[in-house]
Amino acid sequence: MKKIILILTVLITLGIQAQTPEEHGLQIAKAAEQADLGFNSSTVNLKMTLKNKNGQTSERSLTTKTLELTEDGDKSLIVFNSPKDVKGTSTLTFTHKVGSDDQWLYLPSIKRVKRISSNNKSGPFVGSEFAYEDLSSQEVEKYTYKFIEEKGSLLVVEQDPVDPKSGYTRRLVTYNKDKGYRFEKVEFYDRKNALLKTLVYSNYKLYKNKFWRASTFIMKNHQSNKETILNFSDYNFDANLSEEDFTQVALKRS
Amino acid sequence: MNQKIILNSIIFILFLSTIHAQNKEKKTNQDFELEVEAEYRYFYNDATFSNQKQHFPSIAFTPEYSVDWNKGYEQFNVTGFFRLDVDDERTHWDIRELYYQKAKKSWELSIGLKKIYWGVAESNHLVDIINQTDAVESFDGEDKLGQPMVQFTYTTNKLGSFDFFYLPYHRKRTFSGAKGRLRFPVFIDKDDLQYESGAEEWRQDLAFRWKHYFGAFDVGLTHFYGNGREPLFTFDQQGNINAFYPVINQTGLDLQITHNAFLWKFESIYRTAKAQDFFAMVVGLEFTFSNIDGNGLDIGLLGEYLYDERDELALNALQNDMFFGSRIAFNDTQDTSILIGGISDLESSSKIFSIEASRRFGSSWTAEIEARIFSSIDANEFILSNFQEDSFLRFSLSKFF
Repeated sequence: MKKIILILTVLITLGIQAQTPEEHGLQIAKAAEQADLGFNSSTVNLKMTLKNKNGQTSERSLTTKTLELTEDGDKSLIVFNSPKDVKGTSTLTFTHKVGSDDQWLYLPSIKRVKRISSNNKSGPFVGSEFAYEDLSSQEVEKYTYKFIEEKGSLLVVEQDPVDPKSGYTRRLVTYNKDKGYRFEKVEFYDRKNALLKTLVYSNYKLYKNKFWRASTFIMKNHQSNKETILNFSDYNFDANLSEEDFTQVALKRS
Repeated sequence: MNQKIILNSIIFILFLSTIHAQNKEKKTNQDFELEVEAEYRYFYNDATFSNQKQHFPSIAFTPEYSVDWNKGYEQFNVTGFFRLDVDDERTHWDIRELYYQKAKKSWELSIGLKKIYWGVAESNHLVDIINQTDAVESFDGEDKLGQPMVQFTYTTNKLGSFDFFYLPYHRKRTFSGAKGRLRFPVFIDKDDLQYESGAEEWRQDLAFRWKHYFGAFDVGLTHFYGNGREPLFTFDQQGNINAFYPVINQTGLDLQITHNAFLWKFESIYRTAKAQDFFAMVVGLEFTFSNIDGNGLDIGLLGEYLYDERDELALNALQNDMFFGSRIAFNDTQDTSILIGGISDLESSSKIFSIEASRRFGSSWTAEIEARIFSSIDANEFILSNFQEDSFLRFSLSKFF
């Protein structure tokens, strides 16, 4: 028996050593996904502050509802509360692990629900420094991985988007393995492989003793010198939302 | 008459709301918003008919109040509207919305005045029939009058959603007054238009819609039975116009296929009435080049073909036409966007060009520019020939409180 355990231990150790950087990177991404599994649903309020290169700011506020799904990607519903002229405008997104997402837009002035193309991944979300793909549900299948380095509890992994429509050649993601593999920083490289943006996560809080959520995201665009700050507040993991809260009918009443 | 009904329904719905509010105290969210819009329309050609004006300064108020409770599953919404204009008929008020809504799991119930939108096309809205068009408010037919209704929606996971509408009261369409543009030689007073139905505006109408999506397909199937929203114009042998609201059965289909950057669209209706049966459709596509400059610039190209079996009697004059357009969105912090389009009649020289642009200023102001140009209108066009001198420019500035 002891022999078997010994052999197994040796094999596992060898296995880890023989692991390629690609396998190691994927393993970390899966560990991060595993660590965040089981939140079921959440709601959160978000204040977005857009800063141009001269430091002038404009703000938007929105509410986001998310439904966790394991077989396919998550569902989310985003409602704008300000600026006032777009108040009530909302989007419903069904993320898919493979293939393009399904997305609907609701225009409250004419009460129209419009299916929109999710083709535009690289475009800015409401004039901010966040692209649509930066805000969509982070599914493991959407990237290929390469482990780069380990610095204490921080693990740096290169992620290459699978979708050719992505605006990036790669992202460098810094995980914190001691804090549920939460993201600490993401560096985005554009299609010419030049550093485009850096996203830093801060003011992390632990919810339900399991889920780490940052209260502040700061996205800095190095090429345009513009910046977008996201402030999350009132995280609620007890909303008990279900599929019925993520339909086109629900989109109209949100 | 009209006002009494509205008042009664307000009282009834407020009553319903209070009962529910008392039962489930919990957290309520209230919100009040007011939009004040200053508008100026300028018709740069001399008028076709006497009394018609050229300059139309105007002001409009849109107050909105909403309250929700029970985690948003119950809500009460009111939207009012008032416009003061040079044209007496365009000076009007309306209750756009005033309804109580309750949602529970797979069903949703709304009672009151509400606005419903159906359809997928951009240049013409064929299947959209629940609300009467506020025809004096805008040229594109997208402004609607509040419709009294009971709406019940049942949503299933596998079969989509089913909407049932009970529509107890019909609202007549308002036409431009004597001073107004975009009218016929004889000014039509909405109260002169009669009904085919003996019950007149109190005819109890019904409608149904099934809406579902499968992968790239979004499908809607609708049926409406009741007083038509469009008046029907007929002529006697002396050439006198007789206009009335017929009782109609209308079946509609709308379909959109969303594939990569392409949206393929199809809308069609078949309407039957004692005086008239016809088919109409719109088929088209929209393609968007997104984030062209890496700064968020999107350019969409739109093309639609419009067919209406009524020929020149089609109220919107879109009987065999092509529409081409482009939607330009800058995706900047001010949400700047431009929509340019043109409709061309395939059988005559008639063309209508349009441009609509909008932008936000600061956090609570928006500005809009609109132009509609009637070009080479064929003198034989039954409807459009009356509007050939009615090309206009419109500027508006809105403040949101």
